[in-house]
Amino acid sequence: MDAPASYFHWGVILISIPNLLLIIGMVILFLVAAVARVGSHDNEDL
Amino acid sequence: MTSTTAPEDAYAGSWTGAVRGFLARSLPLEHLLPVRQPYYIGSWVYMFGAITIAALVWVFLSGAVLAFFGPQWWHVSGIGHFLNSVHFWSVQMFFVFMVLHLWGQYFAAGWRDGRAPTWMIGVVIFLVSIVTAFTGYLSQQNFDAQWIAVNAKDAINATGAGAFFDVLNFGQMYGLHIMLFPVLVITLVAVHVVQVRMRGIVKPIERRAE
Amino acid sequence: MSSIAQRQEEYYRGVRMVRYDLIKELAIAMAGLLVVIVALAAFLSSPDEPSLTVQGWSQAAAVDFVTTATNELAGASDSAQYGPPYNNGDGAVQSLGPLAPQQWAGVHVAVDPPNDFVLQPLKFASVGNPQLTAALAEYNGAGQVQQARWLKAYTDALGNANEQDGNVVVAAGDYGPLPVMMSNLLAVAHSGGLDGHLLNSGRFYQTDFTKPLLFMGDGSHLGDLAQAQHLTGDLWGMMNETGQYPGQTWLWLYTMWYQLPAFQDGGWFAANADLVVVLIMLILTLILALVPFIPGLRDIPRIVPIYRLIWRDHYRRTGSERPARRVAPTRA
Repeated sequence: MDAPASYFHWGVILISIPNLLLIIGMVILFLVAAVARVGSHDNEDL
Repeated sequence: MTSTTAPEDAYAGSWTGAVRGFLARSLPLEHLLPVRQPYYIGSWVYMFGAITIAALVWVFLSGAVLAFFGPQWWHVSGIGHFLNSVHFWSVQMFFVFMVLHLWGQYFAAGWRDGRAPTWMIGVVIFLVSIVTAFTGYLSQQNFDAQWIAVNAKDAINATGAGAFFDVLNFGQMYGLHIMLFPVLVITLVAVHVVQVRMRGIVKPIERRAE
Repeated sequence: MSSIAQRQEEYYRGVRMVRYDLIKELAIAMAGLLVVIVALAAFLSSPDEPSLTVQGWSQAAAVDFVTTATNELAGASDSAQYGPPYNNGDGAVQSLGPLAPQQWAGVHVAVDPPNDFVLQPLKFASVGNPQLTAALAEYNGAGQVQQARWLKAYTDALGNANEQDGNVVVAAGDYGPLPVMMSNLLAVAHSGGLDGHLLNSGRFYQTDFTKPLLFMGDGSHLGDLAQAQHLTGDLWGMMNETGQYPGQTWLWLYTMWYQLPAFQDGGWFAANADLVVVLIMLILTLILALVPFIPGLRDIPRIVPIYRLIWRDHYRRTGSERPARRVAPTRA
């Protein structure tokens, strides 16, 4: 883990792979959370 | 009617009574710690705020242990380095979920129906968290801390802030990081949560008779 | 006027409520997240590149060290010419039209590189060292013009210097007492004494690393190490971390500006890049905070259909599909 990271380079954008993976992971997580169904027991009427 | 809403004339002139009355009218226990929520809270996106707070708890606890044993400890102790790792990843999780929470609140337009102050405090928390993390990176006492300090100083000096905020001064950055900024963050998060609990959860976006 | 609590009750009037366990939700979030965090910590650990010492610098790059020290003595280094908050130079002073906060703030972290980094440490090292004592006397006794001549000659010679047996060797020339002074400073650095001296400056307790960091920052070696770790500005270094770890990714927008040609050497804002970037970020942060009040920005959520995903059960049940036009903040 201590060797310097590799980079993704596209025009002006230059981002380390760990950072890129983190951001991609965040976007995926957000979309999954938006799409996923919540368990029905949480919708019990009070 | 619960006992927290006793008639105010019974406490006429009482400061304590006045505060109690104010709390009862603003944030009764039923609102602070609800056992029910509107049916429209049915998405996992709603969890991001709570997970951010969960991450913050682990940031604080791991940070407290690191502070207890002193800034040099984690460089020489295996357990210390592990706790530093817990602190490091807790911070990463804190920012990940805070930003996801920001995205969620933006796309849900969570500022509606009188909730603009909640949004604004949230942005302030974001800003203060970034500065808090910055002082943390400066407190690491390793190469990363040195490099960040030497480079960040120019931007801070350019704004005039360098006259009283010296990023090369470890003692100052460390004291800010383990004491002053955590107090600020906790206070702001508490205000933010109270704001949410006082107003309730905003309704879904839809046509209103305006 | 109704109280806040009453307004919430009013807000929820007619809204179907369901069971909710706030504390349990928080507890589950904490437990789940702890598992993730502990796993990350156990398997990936955290970065800890050892710090550079002045000793390490002088041993790894003696020529760079002596060249830097000579620049400091000549008052020609970045730190010596910096300006506020360290001194009254103007090498790094930024302003934007009438806006000059760096000047306004003034000198509050006084650093005098020729004395702090070179002459004072040498004065301490000269105790019991007659050769160094004589060299210092010769240097301090010579006039400014003579000192400048020696410094220029030595600086030029250092451009072709070599390291031999731990010493810095230059071509023959008239450098006055400088070679003796610098070889002694190098020896003090090699021994580790200069780290201590720069930090303590005569006091016992110290936590302020301004002087040794400024001195190291003036040299090339620190930057060379950073380059090897991909932490330099042209590599969006602000966002990065040593090793394969994620860095401060939230600084992406801040560091992005520095990648634009206008902010780089020769660019429109190059001379005052830091001040301009900070101002831009302050304005953008203000805009972010005021999103609820900014037409257009506050209406994007209604255009991007993410809200339809978040509340799709609600829309299905109530059959209300089309949103109202405005998302202005209103009183509940």
